[in-house]
Parts: sequence; C-alpha cells; structure tokens
Amino acid sequence: MSELFFDESVILLDLECSAKEEVLTTMGRNLVNKNLVKESFIDAIIAREFEFATGLPTAGISVAIPHTDVHHVNRKTISMGVLNETVDFGVMGDDRETTPVKLVFMLAMDETHSQLSLLQQLMQVFQSEETLQYLVTEKDKTTIKQLIKAKVNCDSLEGDEKE
Amino acid sequence: MKKKQVLVACGAGIATSTIVNGAIEEMAKEHQLKLDLIQIKITEVGGYVDTADLLVTTAMTKKEYPFPVINARSFLTGIGTDDTRKKILEELKK
Repeated sequence: MSELFFDESVILLDLECSAKEEVLTTMGRNLVNKNLVKESFIDAIIAREFEFATGLPTAGISVAIPHTDVHHVNRKTISMGVLNETVDFGVMGDDRETTPVKLVFMLAMDETHSQLSLLQQLMQVFQSEETLQYLVTEKDKTTIKQLIKAKVNCDSLEGDEKE
Repeated sequence: MKKKQVLVACGAGIATSTIVNGAIEEMAKEHQLKLDLIQIKITEVGGYVDTADLLVTTAMTKKEYPFPVINARSFLTGIGTDDTRKKILEELKK
C-alpha cells in the first residue's frame, strides 16, 4: 500500500472551466504530468463520470469526487480543484439531476476496499459546510494543505517537508 | 435467522462503496446482525441476483432486481443519514 500523495502541486485554485470534461482533463493532466497516474487515467475518469456521476449536493457547496479504476493509477493521490464558476456535474446515483459543483476532489486510488478511514475522513470534510466554505475562499495552498492534512489521515500523507 | 447477503455497490467499487460498507458494518455490529456483506461494482450485481437479499448503492440502477434497492448517497453527504439507516435496518431485520 503506497502512501497518499497530497501537496500544493495537486491543489489547483481558480480553475476556469466551462464543463466537467474540462475540469477532469485539467486536473487529470496535472496528475499525468507528475506521473502519479497513467495517461489512460484521463479518458477513464471522464468515461466513468459519464457512466456513474459523482456530484454530491451537500448542505453548502456542491462537491464532486471523480475517480476511476485502480489500474490507471501509479500512486494514491487526492487532487483538489476549486472552480471560479460552478460547473454542473451529474448527481451520484441519480442521472436525471445535476448539481452546481464548486469543489472537486479527484481521487486516484490504487487499491480496492481498504481505504475506509481515509475516505471516511474525507467525507467528514464534505459534511462540514464551514470547511467547504473555507476551502473555496482560501487562496493560500499551504494553508489549504495543512487544513486537509489535519482532517485526513495526516500520518499517511506525504509531500510535506520534514520538520 | 439466515445470514442476509447484502450487496454494497458503486460505480467503480473502490470509493463510495467502501464508505457505505463501513457504515453498514457498524450498524450490523450495533444491532448484532450477522451479515454477508459483499462490496462490488454496480455492473457486477447481476452475478448475485439469485442469492442477494438487499442492494445498497450510491450508483444508479436502471434495472429491476428481485430484492430491494436502497440509495445510500446520504452516507457521503451527511444529509438524510438517519432515514437511510432506518430503511437499511428495516430490511436487515425482515
């Protein structure tokens, strides 16, 4: 099991995108360039999003958690994207509805069934309106990184300078 | 009582089904229910139509199944979780 990769370089702020494909391509391309995922990840994550939407209407800001099969992934990563303007994503489990997404957590998972605590902690982030509000307004990536690290399984996070 | 076979499914079978699986495991422990929990991709549900008692999923299902289907998106958003738990528990206790 590899350690989760999460640092400033996978936090993308002020994304100017007009459609979900563009969001997924931009965020996916960044991960490909960093060799965290394979080239095939981008097409796979777009296809998966069309087949099984991942938009989540929350109490405050809608979130999307695009992800795809483990074999497109080199290293377990969570990438975060904040959009300047909301982009419609399909609602998870309900393809008749869309939700205006402002915050995207792209999950690059490298194994099945065994990352419960990580995912649970991430869901806790989505369930806090206050945290979401903070994440879409904060402009300092280091501050954002620290906040997420504090909430999501900080022991297994890498990409931090040794203290 | 026969151990109920509960399918937990999402699109990719890696992310959201893991959360839902965890939530149901917790419920089963709390209510001392013995379950046969199976975490799969929604496309794999067909292989269990003869044995499953319940499907809990975050993905959409257009197909009809011979067992009840419960949408578990609330476990991800935190909105309506109590209602979903109640629905699942009712099915598990049948």
